[in-house]
Amino acid sequence: MTLTPVLTAHWDEADSHTIGGYRRHGGYEQVARGFELGPDALIQMVKDSGLRGRGGAGFPTGMKWGFVPQGDGKPHYLVVNADESEPGACKDIPLMLANPHALVEGCILTSYAIRANWAFIYVRGEVPHVHRRLRAAVREAYAAGYLGRNIMGSGFDLELVVHAGAGAYICGEETALLDSLEGRRGQPRLKPPFPAVAGLYASPTVVNNVETIANVPYIVRNGAEWLTQWGTEKSPGFKLMSVSGHVRRPGVYEVALGTTMRQLLEYAGGMRHGGEPKFWLPGGSSVPMLTAEHLDLPLTYEDMAAAGTMLGTATPMVFDDTVSVVKAITRWLDFYKHESCGKCTPCREGTGWIAGTLHRFEAGQGTEAELGMLEELCAQIMGRSFCALGDAAATPFPAALTHFRSEWLAATHTPADQAFDPVAATVLAAGATR
Amino acid sequence: MSISEQARAELAELAGRYPVARSALLPMLHLVQSEEGYVSPEGIAACAETLGLSTAEVAAVSTFYTMYKRRPAGKHHVGVCTNTLCALLGGDAVWEAVRERAGADHDEVSPDGLFDLERIECQAACTHAPVMTVDWEFFDRTTPAQAVEVLDRLAAGEEVRSTRGPVVRGFRAAERTISGIDDDGLAGDGPNADDLMLATLHAAAERGVGPADGGPAAPSAAVEGRPQA
Repeated sequence: MTLTPVLTAHWDEADSHTIGGYRRHGGYEQVARGFELGPDALIQMVKDSGLRGRGGAGFPTGMKWGFVPQGDGKPHYLVVNADESEPGACKDIPLMLANPHALVEGCILTSYAIRANWAFIYVRGEVPHVHRRLRAAVREAYAAGYLGRNIMGSGFDLELVVHAGAGAYICGEETALLDSLEGRRGQPRLKPPFPAVAGLYASPTVVNNVETIANVPYIVRNGAEWLTQWGTEKSPGFKLMSVSGHVRRPGVYEVALGTTMRQLLEYAGGMRHGGEPKFWLPGGSSVPMLTAEHLDLPLTYEDMAAAGTMLGTATPMVFDDTVSVVKAITRWLDFYKHESCGKCTPCREGTGWIAGTLHRFEAGQGTEAELGMLEELCAQIMGRSFCALGDAAATPFPAALTHFRSEWLAATHTPADQAFDPVAATVLAAGATR
Repeated sequence: MSISEQARAELAELAGRYPVARSALLPMLHLVQSEEGYVSPEGIAACAETLGLSTAEVAAVSTFYTMYKRRPAGKHHVGVCTNTLCALLGGDAVWEAVRERAGADHDEVSPDGLFDLERIECQAACTHAPVMTVDWEFFDRTTPAQAVEVLDRLAAGEEVRSTRGPVVRGFRAAERTISGIDDDGLAGDGPNADDLMLATLHAAAERGVGPADGGPAAPSAAVEGRPQA
């Protein structure tokens, strides 16, 4: 069975977001155990578990922690990336609403391991209810003595600050997030130096995703081996996968890595009209789309890479044949154009050129020659900006052209809304389940 | 308007929460919006004074982020996600209905001053598409008719509750909450987790799969609302 209720195990209890609900199932018992183990053993345990970052890039978590220089005399910082904004990704927000204490306990253990006395959770601004639940959890943890000075008599001090962003997708990029957390415009930094060496306030900093940090207490409780019972050698563990789009039961599915999209579709009740998806994206709008022929591939970092895409945030968006590929891609490029921070010319100018050209296709006024121009534009942006936003913007179109060339050719004469009735794609349409 | 002494003290309090005071600038600008209804010149000056920055430095930051308004906001902020997935599943239709009802367009305030409209980007609620927000609280799986009804009820002064949070209280109150300056007491409002967030547990119950977290099971008396297999 690939369903793995770990982070989600008790969300059906009315108080799972409170310290009482969390402690009922052993919450915060790992803080003392972590102090017993000591920082180096904690880092080794997370290394041994094989846990990889859950924010999209999949970098090995223990290795990232290990990059923080020790005994350097500088303050160290933990920064949790809770700026969930990737189109398709909606797993950290539910996690913080229903199980915020797992994140808080994870912050304590991680900060102790990397020898940080300050931790920050950078939450996007547009979700006040998440701020409430998370801030309430932090207050409860302070009151219970899990945060603050000399935690549980260990001599370890930790201040945990819940920080608010203000509406900028780019701040999900770790170096832009750090600039934003320093009270500046959220623009990416050139790497190296990496944050582990020069991050927040130019000091060694670990930046990890919410779900990554929330995994930590469960690994400490159950041991490194426990995590490896799921997934593959290169992709161990379980994952919150939000399944959205034209499925009967969209939602957050917590499953073993290596679960297939076909299995996820079965959990989600199948496609709303039956049949198979027209296209789907395994991990947000920034990864190349796949089609029905890819439904049986294991959702792992390595299998997605082999298929020419990426696992990304592992939050599949699924579309049926009512959807115009041209319209979908055009709207995503509007997004990247809007969110480009403007620092790097290829991304700033290129996203505008791609979006403008795509709008002609959506209106049925593209030309075949422009398809080649779009491919060239994407190739010119790829790899030529400081951060991954440029790459992400250059990603949707080429895959969509590969899989649906005839639809792009049709967009040289027929507007998308004529080729595909927009009402049919909505969940308001007849036969849609709500 | 001028920034009150109390507000100045609160701005300083936010600045005091960080090892480097400037880190508080984004929360401080949220607090300015709750006081002023937008990022006013006086608010920029107060932040600059608190942090020892120039007003140009503060303005340069505030103009980078879409949540900060450069003109007085309407009473309620109304956002409709028109990123691809929400748009296709009905967000475009919801946006058209909201625009028509409010008599305003993107980044405009309705003539009655009640509604501040914005086409928003992904709200991290794709499972709940199409998504509308009022004062940044979720209105999940919204239809055009439901969206208009929400605006009608707000216009009539009725209480309107978010699908996953509290009763909406206006743009300024939301900005105060987001700034984190104090506790609004509403963390327990709304469902602990809604049906779509419980998808794992529903699927697990149907298949006889139990918790995999390795922790102690709850005494059954403590469990409320566990979904039936």
